[in-house]
Amino acid sequence: MITLSHYLVLAALLFSISVAGIFLNRKNVIVLLMCIELMLLAVNINFIAFSFFLQDLAGQVFVFFILTVAAAEAAIGLAILVLLFRNRSTINVQDLDAMKG
Amino acid sequence: MTFELILFYIFGAILLGAALAMISVRNPVHAALFLVLAFFTAAAIWLLLEAEFLAIVLVLVYVGAVMVLFLFVVMMLDINIARLREGFAEFLPAGLVVAAAMATVLTLVITRFITMEVPERAAADYSNTAELGAILYTEYVYPFEIAAVILLVAIIAAISLTMRRRPDTKYVDPATQVKVRREGRVRLVSMESVSRDVQKNKSRPSKSRNDESAQDKNK
Amino acid sequence: MDTVYLIIVLAPLLGAVIAGLFGRQVGRVGAHSVTIFGVAVSFVLSVVVFYAHVFGGTPVYNETVYTWMVSDGLHFEIGFLVDNLTAMMMLVVTFVSLMVHIYTIGYMADDPGYQRFFSYISLFTFSMLMLVMANNFLQLFFGWEAVGLVSYLLIGFWYKRPTAIYANMKAFIVNRVGDFGFLIGIATLVFYAGSLNYTEVFGEAEAMRDATITLWPGGTFGLLDVALIFLFIGAMGKSAQVPLHVWLPDSMEGPTPISALIHAATMVTAGIFMVARMSPLYEFSVVALSFILVIGAITAFFMGLIGLVQNDIKRVVAYSTLSQLGYMTVALGASAYAAAVFHLMTHAFFKALLFLAAGSVIVAMHHLQDMRAMGGLRRYMPITYATALIGSLALIGFPFFSGFFSKDAIIEAVGYSETPGAGFAYWLVLLGVFVTALYTFRMFFMVFHGKERYDQAHQYMPDHGDDHHDDHHDDHGPAKPKESPWVVTVPLILLAIPSVVAGYFIGPMLFGDFFADSLFVLEEQDVLGMKGETYTGVLAFVLDGLMLPAFWLAIAGLGTAWYLYMKRPDLPGVIAERLRLGVRILEEKYGFDTFNDRVFAAGSRGLGRWLWRYGDAMVIDGLLVNGTARSVGWIAARVRGIQTGFLYHYAFVMIIGLLVLIFAFVI
Repeated sequence: MITLSHYLVLAALLFSISVAGIFLNRKNVIVLLMCIELMLLAVNINFIAFSFFLQDLAGQVFVFFILTVAAAEAAIGLAILVLLFRNRSTINVQDLDAMKG
Repeated sequence: MTFELILFYIFGAILLGAALAMISVRNPVHAALFLVLAFFTAAAIWLLLEAEFLAIVLVLVYVGAVMVLFLFVVMMLDINIARLREGFAEFLPAGLVVAAAMATVLTLVITRFITMEVPERAAADYSNTAELGAILYTEYVYPFEIAAVILLVAIIAAISLTMRRRPDTKYVDPATQVKVRREGRVRLVSMESVSRDVQKNKSRPSKSRNDESAQDKNK
Repeated sequence: MDTVYLIIVLAPLLGAVIAGLFGRQVGRVGAHSVTIFGVAVSFVLSVVVFYAHVFGGTPVYNETVYTWMVSDGLHFEIGFLVDNLTAMMMLVVTFVSLMVHIYTIGYMADDPGYQRFFSYISLFTFSMLMLVMANNFLQLFFGWEAVGLVSYLLIGFWYKRPTAIYANMKAFIVNRVGDFGFLIGIATLVFYAGSLNYTEVFGEAEAMRDATITLWPGGTFGLLDVALIFLFIGAMGKSAQVPLHVWLPDSMEGPTPISALIHAATMVTAGIFMVARMSPLYEFSVVALSFILVIGAITAFFMGLIGLVQNDIKRVVAYSTLSQLGYMTVALGASAYAAAVFHLMTHAFFKALLFLAAGSVIVAMHHLQDMRAMGGLRRYMPITYATALIGSLALIGFPFFSGFFSKDAIIEAVGYSETPGAGFAYWLVLLGVFVTALYTFRMFFMVFHGKERYDQAHQYMPDHGDDHHDDHHDDHGPAKPKESPWVVTVPLILLAIPSVVAGYFIGPMLFGDFFADSLFVLEEQDVLGMKGETYTGVLAFVLDGLMLPAFWLAIAGLGTAWYLYMKRPDLPGVIAERLRLGVRILEEKYGFDTFNDRVFAAGSRGLGRWLWRYGDAMVIDGLLVNGTARSVGWIAARVRGIQTGFLYHYAFVMIIGLLVLIFAFVI
């Protein structure tokens, strides 16, 4: 039997990996965005697992909306990235320090 | 060990492996492809959880649209990978520590506090899509509308952000084509009529016939 | 009757508003017509009201006209309490005010602030009427402050004179001290009785008798004693009792009609009226009565003494006012409220008369006030002379003049009184009679008799140097003084009449039941009742009076004045030489002014400077305002380093925060 804990631990590990990914690829904005997608995936797995174990479709509806918002976020994020590259010729986070106090 | 459990472990292992590979490979294109793999296996796991509709949506929308967009951007931009990899090894221990700590804590919470009965499997004629649609268009119709608006906003934002005018491109503006009126093309000029003998040499083509006959007469 | 009362109060206000706000439009004639008309209406209606209450048997009117607001059960209202006491006060106020209005036409004829002046005195009439007709403490306080305000405006009427500005500031500040006490007194009573209305507060009097109040740990006093002494401190400010009297002599910087109306006849008697009105409370506090008695006696005697050395004609009258107010206060302290109010009335007439006569003399002397430059004016100003004589005789308490009855009643009442301090007070008021007669006739002889000295006027000119005086410099020469116009003399004559006859009402007012509804006296303190047992009629009272020491002291004073200033004019100088220390003390007015200037004025200026330098400049500006800005800047400079602008730093912080939160929830 697959228990709820199986899914939750899987999601937790996935989340931890993506956190580590943010640490490791801290200079590459594209990979950072991918790590965020991975995090959202982990969260979605949690939602769906709970939805199944509680027999409540509300969790799936939430995932639906998260997917929508994540898609929108990815679109805008990539658009910003393209714009950034066009203007600064780099996507290295190290070079993006215009906000330095 | 049931068949389902075996499936879960297989897909879970692939998912985690793909995730690990994604964060560690050198080439962003490879990272994106590993992410696609992760999405595929996640979709398989969702199928185990009876979320068939979302599993399909994940594959279609994420793999089919969002990840393609990622790949497109990665390939389009001329990225200096070497510079982006600077400090990878340096932050490896810190990242691992943080990740390990987080995984430990989360697992601790999960295993210690959350236990639930495994529900019965749904019947064979159960349609996840129909059920989801039923509550999405009734109970969650307003959030659904808002989600639609968010997507619209995202489309407009993405376009307006990346749009730029190139002065050297030649294109036809349909709006100006539609707006054309007769006045813009033809100009009617009223002129005084002039006596023939003075105008003889400067006659217009439209009057050529008369001119010719006149010349004939002169001959 | 509501409408009548409202008209009485509002007619002067209307006149004041028209003359004050539209003075330019209505012009001089318009301004004095409208204000005199307003006051005349008030006066006529006051006569009607007086008649209705005293002879017509109209019951006491005590109604609320308008409710301003109700806060926590406390009603803030405007209402009228009209009984015999109020009716009498209304009559006195409107009558004197009317006389002063008419007189002003002549006195202020060439003053540029003509309309403003009429507006102020009409406003004063309104305020004073509000004060005396009030049926609650709020309205009393309103009237109290309003007359104070008008007094301030009028003392500083010639606002280009530095001395006038000094005087009105002084009057205002000294009155603030008194008013502060007054406010505390009202607050204490309201706090205990839970009402602002007189009747309701008086109803609590018996209960308050035994109540106590703790002012500081271990300092427990009778509630009524504390509240009433504080109320009386207010009266001390307004009625110029020692030590809050210092403003009254200086207030003579204002125009003379004002001195007559406000600083002699009406406003300064507000304190006396207030205590009389509160008699149902004061009766239950022997401590407060004793305090009043002693203060009044000190004022009555020692202020009279200062009058002996003054050379300014108005200041002599001013010190005499102080002294007479002291007499009234003594009467209050002896529980002879009716006598105090009776003296208040007679004093209002004869003191207004004296002031207006002094004003007439001043006008004749081209705005010169020094008595040393006067003399022999009898020949030039017969009407002023005659009326001033009547006023002076009334003031010293000469038989058959009004002052005789009222003052005699007071002295005898004090003699009967058993309030602590009555013995002391009795001797002071008795000696005060001699002093009164002396300074009054000193002034009278110096001004109207003796050698004519108007051609030496120049050496006594005050060095004010303001415009008002400059206007007259050209005709200051030895021009002969001449009698004033009819607008000045008619009020003098009209005031002279009650100065004589007002005393004959002694029977009903003091010993009858005229004030039965208004004043309350305990059986065992009813000194007037004791005297009343032997009262048989006016004539008998006068004959009795001839046997008493007061009369002989007055005659002695008169005789002394005649001897010193008519027979041997060289003698006063010699005496002054011999008693140089005493004269010096009197000329310094016992050092009150110097003390106040050195200690209170300089002290508060020093305190203010200290607070400004350390409190304002250092703590508020330096530490709080600039310090806040500086510390924000300092912290921002430090914190700025944290804001690297690198995305991943923010991401790290978020993740760390997330971890900490999870840990916090788990553990």
